[in-house]
This record gives sequence, structure tokens and C-alpha cells, in this order.
Amino acid sequence: MPSLFRNFYLKTSMARTLNLHLKIWRQPGPDAGGWFQEIEASEIPETASFLEMLDIVNQKLISVSGDPVVFDHDCREGICGTCGMVINGVPHGPQRGTTTCQLHMRTFNDGDTIWIEPFRAKAFPIIKDLMVNRSGFDRIMAAGGFISVRTGAAQDANALPISKEAADSSMDAAECIGCGACVASCKNASAMLFTAAKAGQFNMLPQGQPEKHRRVLGMVKTMDEAGFGNCTNQYECEAACPKRIGVRWISKLNRDYTLAVVHDTLLAPVGKGGGEG
Amino acid sequence: MSTLTHAVALTVGSSIGKKALVAVTGAVLAGFVLGHMIGNLLIFAGPDAINEYGHLLQTMLHGMGVWVARIGLLACTVVHVVLTVQLTRENRAARPGRYGYDATIQATRSSRTMIFSGLTLLAFIVYHLMHFTLRVGNEYATYKTTLHGEQVHDVYRMVIDGFSWWPASVFYLIAMAMLCSHLSHGVSSMFQTLGLSTPRTMGTFRMVGRAYAALIFGGNAFIVLAVWFKWVH
Repeated sequence: MPSLFRNFYLKTSMARTLNLHLKIWRQPGPDAGGWFQEIEASEIPETASFLEMLDIVNQKLISVSGDPVVFDHDCREGICGTCGMVINGVPHGPQRGTTTCQLHMRTFNDGDTIWIEPFRAKAFPIIKDLMVNRSGFDRIMAAGGFISVRTGAAQDANALPISKEAADSSMDAAECIGCGACVASCKNASAMLFTAAKAGQFNMLPQGQPEKHRRVLGMVKTMDEAGFGNCTNQYECEAACPKRIGVRWISKLNRDYTLAVVHDTLLAPVGKGGGEG
Repeated sequence: MSTLTHAVALTVGSSIGKKALVAVTGAVLAGFVLGHMIGNLLIFAGPDAINEYGHLLQTMLHGMGVWVARIGLLACTVVHVVLTVQLTRENRAARPGRYGYDATIQATRSSRTMIFSGLTLLAFIVYHLMHFTLRVGNEYATYKTTLHGEQVHDVYRMVIDGFSWWPASVFYLIAMAMLCSHLSHGVSSMFQTLGLSTPRTMGTFRMVGRAYAALIFGGNAFIVLAVWFKWVH
């Protein structure tokens, strides 16, 4: 093989490596103060995911008896909603519609400075470094993010007709993986997109109707009590969402809330039940 | 708990309820600024037109009409301001630690400065009421003219004199720029907050908001500039 072609082949087939200047948020515990630690990450393969890059950095820290950076991660294939950190001011980093674990280092350039921070919200207290407590989301789910199914023989699946449009729409909302990027990106740390998607996925379906009003009132009340901010319709959440959940769900939650208030105050006291309307 | 107190608790006691009240009062105020502007544009139809319009407002429903409007607008303003200040404080509290690297993906500049443009407008409203309604520190109350054999307030002369002093005109133009910014986010935001926007209508509402803001700015600024450059005198 002529040397010119061989050199070209070697250059294009070998993974490029990057030398990066990281500024990582370090915080020893929930009540401790935090700071940005500057770490030089060298020889990072561009094929590595962002989390693998942090694994490499941690390996080096451990080898010199340093404290590894704590961060959340689980499936590493973009479906569990566990990973999440703010990369250069954007939750899950610069690539739209992907989670941190799906972000690859080829998105960055050699010599880049990367700021890595935890999701910041009063309702998401920092546990350590980049790991935050997202149990506020669990409380919102427990307040209505479910349908009650009685025990006994399951009815025939075809007995309950559901239009394709309603089923598709519900699935759009159900794509939410509950990662919290909406809260992290919102200028007010509001959880409206999460709550709207989780209420909306059931409110679209016939199975969700009997508890619709109770669900909406309960989830919104719990969301407010958890210390999240208020939505100001800036739509940062939609832009940061790795599953591209749209803000139309927020509009629907607003609509459903108004209906629920009318039902709860005017109709329910005179004996109307359920979630009609 | 009575129905009323329960409804109030669910509305004022929740984020969505408070925002809905802000949207409804905002809609009333946004509607008012359009009517106010159309009325003021009568200045281009000559002194008699705007003086008759002013006289009509003052005497409508035996003089009660203007007070009904004033009390309604005052109530809307108080609710709008008190709730937005409260919501803003809650929003600031919801993120105690700031990001080291602050980035914005798609939030517009006007959406991020709503409280600033809003409070500037509040200061402007106070000034504007003292200038043309309470007529503090000027002689406008003595401006009279005769219309259909009846002595009425000379609104036309008051507007010309009011905008002839350039610092006042500049403040009016700045306030109108703030109103333009406030409306460009506020109007489309209103539809979203009241749950009226859908994926099909969202783009239209955004355009409507911007067009409405531009219309209000253009119409009001034109009056100030027309007096300034002596197109009306």
C-alpha cells in the first residue's frame, strides 16, 4: 500500500483523542459548601460517551487517592432517566433530544473548557457533587400519577375503544423519563413540564377519566409544596428535554386544572362524580 | 368550607390558579391599552373629535361609567402586580444556587425581563396618571374649550402641551418600548396559561402577541412623535 494512502487510512480510522479542561462542581455533602474543581482530562477518546469520560477522569482520581466525582447513572442507553448533569449551562449538554449518557465526546473540540454542574433547584437538593435528590418527582407521582385498577379478572382489552389519536398522544406524554432536565433548565426551576406530561398521559385515556380531577389537583398541589417555581412560558424545558416533550402538555394541564377547580367547587358538592368533562 | 372559599383557596393557593388570574387581569389591561390608543389616535381627526371623545368618557352613565372603568382597572392592576411580584419571589426562591455557567436555549429576552418591564410600567402608570388624570404640577385642569355650545375640557391642547416638553416625551417613548416588550411575551403567554393554546395554534398566538405589541407601540409612539415634530399643533 503506498505510504500516502496508508497514512490517510491510519489517520481516519484511529479515534481522535481530546484534551479537555473541566470545571466540575464538587460538594462533599448536602449541607456543605461547593466549588468548581479544575481538572485536566487528557487523551479522552472522541468515541467515549460523556459518562465514560467521567469514568476515565474518576479512574485517574482514584489512582492518585483522590475523591472520585459522584454522579447519577444507570442504563446508559437513554431510557432510564437517571443520568443528568448540566453541561455548559444546558442539562444533558449541547445535543438536543438526548440524555447525558447518549452525548459523545466527538461533540466537543480539543482544548475545550467544559463546565459540569448538578441540576440546581431548591426541590432537588444536592446529595454529593453532581448527584441530586429527585424524590420531589416521586411525591408528585404518588399524588396522582397512576390509575387505580381493581383486582379480579382482567377485562378484554378490546372492550374499551381508544382512538389512535388519543393513544398516540398519550404515548407522546408517556415518553417522559422523569430525568428532571425540565426543572434544571427552567429559569424558575419549575416542574410544570414533568407534572403536565405525567398527568397528561392518563388524562388522554378513558382509563384515566374517573380520577382525572383528583389527579390534577393532587399533583399540582404536591408540585407547589415541593418548592418548585412557577412556569413563565419561556419553554426552556421543552428545548432541554431529552425526549422532546412539548409544552402543549403544560397548556393541557392548565386547562385541566381550571376544569378540576370548577368540578371540585361547583359540580362535586351537588353529587356529580368522576372526571367527566 | 363554603364553595367560594374553596374556589379561592384552589385559585390563589396554587401556582396555576395564580397564573390564571395574572392572565385574565393581563387580558383586561391589554384590551384597555388598545382601546386607550384608539381613542387617543382621534387627535389626528382634529380638536373637536378628541374633545368630544373625552367629554363622552367623562359623562357616560351620568359620570358613573368612568368610575366603573377606573375601579375595574385599578383592581386588575393590583391583582396583576401583587401576584406577579409574589410569583417572581417564589421563582427566585426555587433556585437558591445560581449556575456557574448560565445559558439560555430559547427563552426570549422579553420573557426574561417581564418583572423589570412590568415594574417600569407601574412607575410609568403612576407618572401618567399624575400627568394627565390628576394633573399635578400643571395647569391642564384649567384648559377649557367650547363644543356644541357646551364648555368641555380641552384634551387636545393638554396632549399637545404635555408632549411638547421633551423629557416627558422621551419617558413616554421608553415606557411604550417596555410595554411593547411586556406585551410581546404577555399576550401569547396568556393563551398558554389559560390552556387555550394547542400545537396548531401556538405559532399563531406567538405572532398575534408580537403583532399586538408592535401595533400598540406604533400607535402610541406615533402620537408622541407627531406632537414632537409638530405634525399636529
